[in-house]
Amino acid sequence: MKLSSLLRFSIFAASTLSAFAADEPTVHVQQPHLQGPRELQETTAKAVVQNYLDSWQSMSQALDQNRPDLLDRDFVGSAREKLAATIKQQMAAAVRTTYRDRSHNVQILLYSPEGLSIQLADDVEYDVNLSSGGKSLGTQQVKARYIVVLTPSEVRWRVRIFQAEAQ
Amino acid sequence: MRAEVPTLLGGLALGITSCLAQSGDLTIPKSVEAGAAFSVQSGGSGKGTLYIAGPGQMIKQDVQLGTSIAIAAGSLYNAGHYSVWVTSESSTQTGSMDVVPRQKPSDLTFIAKPSRLPVALHNAITGSVYVFDTYGNLITKPMQIAFQLSNPGTAPQTKTAETHNGAAWTQMDSAAHEGKAQFVARIGDVSSTRIVGQVPGDPCSIKMNAKSAGDKIQLVTDPVRDCSGNAIPDGTIVTFTETYGDGKSTVDVPLKKGIASVEMPAHRGATISVASGVVLGNQIRWAQ
Repeated sequence: MKLSSLLRFSIFAASTLSAFAADEPTVHVQQPHLQGPRELQETTAKAVVQNYLDSWQSMSQALDQNRPDLLDRDFVGSAREKLAATIKQQMAAAVRTTYRDRSHNVQILLYSPEGLSIQLADDVEYDVNLSSGGKSLGTQQVKARYIVVLTPSEVRWRVRIFQAEAQ
Repeated sequence: MRAEVPTLLGGLALGITSCLAQSGDLTIPKSVEAGAAFSVQSGGSGKGTLYIAGPGQMIKQDVQLGTSIAIAAGSLYNAGHYSVWVTSESSTQTGSMDVVPRQKPSDLTFIAKPSRLPVALHNAITGSVYVFDTYGNLITKPMQIAFQLSNPGTAPQTKTAETHNGAAWTQMDSAAHEGKAQFVARIGDVSSTRIVGQVPGDPCSIKMNAKSAGDKIQLVTDPVRDCSGNAIPDGTIVTFTETYGDGKSTVDVPLKKGIASVEMPAHRGATISVASGVVLGNQIRWAQ
């Protein structure tokens, strides 16, 4: 590799790192493919998807700053418990992880008949960076399909189940 | 300046070495079942650190490079996608893996609604189920859920539903007779039970009788029942309305022991009607 190429690579890497937290993900929302008998209003669907996308920001910030309190707005139940436990494990290991979601392809799968849960699938692409003591240990690009269940709270839908499926 | 170029090259070369090593000698199972033991085979030599990181869990372990790194059973148990790094002072090896739920259900989240409803309604009781393994992972593989709604004295309603992405739902009819029903969702030897109260529906009809009581009329209904013959609960309001000339009197009376009774002023030629909710009973014209 020529020096100029190496320099370009170096600059590219630096700019990638500096832009790590700034870029907005691309989002594609498919038509709901509902199994349940309950009709899903468009405003509800929009709110659910928006609240879900917001949850990625909360999760990223919480895992990046090792602050479980940042999960409270968007996560509840086992999803919150698992993420909070991960933060505790990161703190014990003196590491942080930064998740940058690059794209989402979201489809609502189920609006439960009683209206107390909505399940969606998300084919998501994201970068995860592991760092320790301010030093990056590496970044991986990930493609995963998440199965997510959200339940209504006072003012928004919160993520109760957040689980990636095996590809 | 000439002296600086090799330094720059050396620094960049170190970065490239790390990059190249990322595709290197790490052998990881593509997927493991939640809580299962597995091993990671790293390349190189010397001491290093293993990191397994995902939103669901984080594991850090000191390792000897070039050996098989054992991850004990019960260490990695939250289903999801994990990124793996094995780092040392001179190299970084990376990979990724999936943790899949155990296939044996251990817990059901069962939501039955409503908890109380009138009798004889079609598809009015709904049940939703999410299936979890022993670690609280959603089991997304399709499974059959058996639903059963049992009412005292009648044959139970049963339905089965297959889970899609870990979820299943059903709808059941409320029974013809009032009482508490047991609503059970079951998969294998795991079950969850909810109680659904079934109460009488609206009155099917209301019939009142009138007799003279001095200068008043005594009005008494027959026992008020729904269309399945269940007694309407005491406390349900029955409204008596007496219309005479330009006058009108209305009295709301709660059912007591299944009937409603009231005394109203006797006006010759008055028309008296009775109703409860949306159900209108008979009319009496008072001729005395």
